[in-house]
Amino acid sequence: MALESPNAIYNSRRRRNKVAVGLAIGATTFGLAWLVFILAELLWKGFSGLNLAVFTEMTPPPGGSGGLLNPIAGSLVLTVVAVMIGTPLGILAGTYMAEYGRYDKLTIIVRFINDILLSAPSIVIGLFIYEIMVAQTGHFSGWAGAVALGVIVIPVVVRTTEDMLTLVPDTLREAAASIGLPRSLMIQKVAYRAARAGMITGVLLAVARISGETAPLLFTALNNQFWSLNMNAPVASLPVVIFQFALSPYSDWQQLAWTGALIITMAVLALSISARVLSAQRKTS
Amino acid sequence: MSLASFTTPTVTRSQTGVQGLSEKITVRDLEFFYGTNRALKSINMSLYQSKVTALIGPSGCGKSTLLRILNRMYDLYPNQRATGHVRLDEHDILSPSQDLNLLRAKVGMVFQKPTPFPMTIYENIAFGIRLYERIPKSELDDRVKQCLQRAALWEEVKDKMNANGLSLSGGQQQRLCIARTVAVRPEVILFDEPCSALDPISTAKIEELIDELKEDYTIAIVTHNMQQAARVSDFTAFMYLGELVEFGETTTIFTSPTDRRTQDYITGRFG
Repeated sequence: MALESPNAIYNSRRRRNKVAVGLAIGATTFGLAWLVFILAELLWKGFSGLNLAVFTEMTPPPGGSGGLLNPIAGSLVLTVVAVMIGTPLGILAGTYMAEYGRYDKLTIIVRFINDILLSAPSIVIGLFIYEIMVAQTGHFSGWAGAVALGVIVIPVVVRTTEDMLTLVPDTLREAAASIGLPRSLMIQKVAYRAARAGMITGVLLAVARISGETAPLLFTALNNQFWSLNMNAPVASLPVVIFQFALSPYSDWQQLAWTGALIITMAVLALSISARVLSAQRKTS
Repeated sequence: MSLASFTTPTVTRSQTGVQGLSEKITVRDLEFFYGTNRALKSINMSLYQSKVTALIGPSGCGKSTLLRILNRMYDLYPNQRATGHVRLDEHDILSPSQDLNLLRAKVGMVFQKPTPFPMTIYENIAFGIRLYERIPKSELDDRVKQCLQRAALWEEVKDKMNANGLSLSGGQQQRLCIARTVAVRPEVILFDEPCSALDPISTAKIEELIDELKEDYTIAIVTHNMQQAARVSDFTAFMYLGELVEFGETTTIFTSPTDRRTQDYITGRFG
C-alpha cells in the first residue's frame, strides 16, 4: 500500500494537476499530429519524384520532362546574397545595441522597430522592395529578390546578436577592460568569441526563414523558366516554382512541386539541426 | 551591540609605521555616487609601494566600490561618478582626460569569479602582451611561460597550452587570471575577493601568490575573510557604511583598533 495523504487540500491540488497535465499533453499531441501528417504527406509525395534529373535538368514546359536545377541554383544565389546583405547589417546593429548603446534611448527605439520588422508580413517587404527597386528600374531582378530577403534577414540577426551579446557576462567585459583592452577589441576578440555559437545560430535561423519565403520574391525576383544567374534579370527560386507548379493543372508540374517542397524542407531541417548542435556546443564548452 | 548606536563619523588613523614608505596611490576626499546615492563618504587613504593593503568591512560598506575606482572600472557604467582626488604616483587618475586603457594596464584587477577569456590558455596570456608589445614568437613564448610561472600555474598547464582556459578548475582559472594580469606588466594589482569562489587549498595558493607578488607590485585586496586579511596584508582599512572607519598597519588594526566599530567587526560581533 503506497503512502496516501488524507489531506483534502493536497488531494484536490493533485487532481487539478492531473487535469492540467492531461490538457497540456492533449494540446501537444494535437499540434504534433498535424505536423507529422504534413511531413508524412510531403515525404510520401516528394520522394516518389526524387531522381537525378531533378538536380540536373531545367524546369520543363507542361508535359515535358525536366528538373529543378534552375530554381535550386537561383534559390542558393538569392539566399547567399541575402545573407551577405543582411548579416553584416544585423550584426553591426546588434553589436551597437548590446555593447555601445545598451543604456541609450536609441537602442530602445531600434529594438522596438526591429521587433515590428521581425513580425512584418513578408509580402509587405516584397511590395516595399518592388516599389523602391523594381518600379524604379522598370524590371524584375535577382537583386531585388535578394534585397527583399536580406531585409527579412536583418531583424532576425539583430535580435539574436543583441540577445547573445547581452548574455555575455559583464564580468568578462570588466576582465577585458582590466588589462587595458579598448572596447572595440574587447568586442571583436572576447565578446564575439563568447557569443559566437549563438550568433551563428541566429544567421542559420535567418537562412531557414528566408529559404521558404515566396511572397517577397513574387514581386521582386519573379521567376525564370530557364537557366539564368543574371542578378539583373528575373531569377527562378524554389518557393516561387513550387507555388506556380503546385497551382498548375499539370500532374508532372505538381509532382515537381512536391519534390521541390521536400528539398526545401530537408535543407531547412539540416540547417535547424546544425543550429541546435551549435547551440548545444555553446552550453557545454 | 546595535549598529544604530555608531554615530561618530570621525576617521581614526593610525599613523605608526607609515614613515619611510612611498605612497603608490593616494586617495583624498574621495566621494562616489551611484546616481544620487552617495556610496563613499570622504575617503582618505594610501596604498604603499610593495605593500598589501586589505579592505575589510561588512557587505555593502563600499570596499569593492573603492577598489573599482582605482582603475576606474566604474566608467563602464552610466550614472556612476567619483569626486575628489586619486593620485597614482603624481598623476590624477580621476581626471576626465585620463586614458582609461593606459590606466588599467598600470592598475590590473583580479575578480571574484575567475574570468578567463574564451580562448586557449596560451592566448589568454599572449593576448594581453600583444596589446602593448610587438615581440617575436620565441620571446612571446618565454613571456607567457614567465607569467604562468609567476602565477604558480606553469607546472599544471605546460602540457596543455592549447586547451581552452575555461577547461581549468576554478582555482587554476583564478591563477590564469592573475597570470593574465601580470602579463601586461602593471604596477598595482587590485584583488576583488579573489578567493571567495575557491576551495581552501586554492585559497592558500592564491594567498601565497599574493605574498610573492608584493615584491614587485603594490597590492590592494578586498576580502570578507578577516583571517585572510590578517594573513596577507601589511595594511588594513576597515570600512563601514561608505566610510573609512580606520586605516593602519594590519597588526595594529587587528590587535588594538582605536575605533569601537573596528573592534566589534574584527571580533565577529557584526558583519
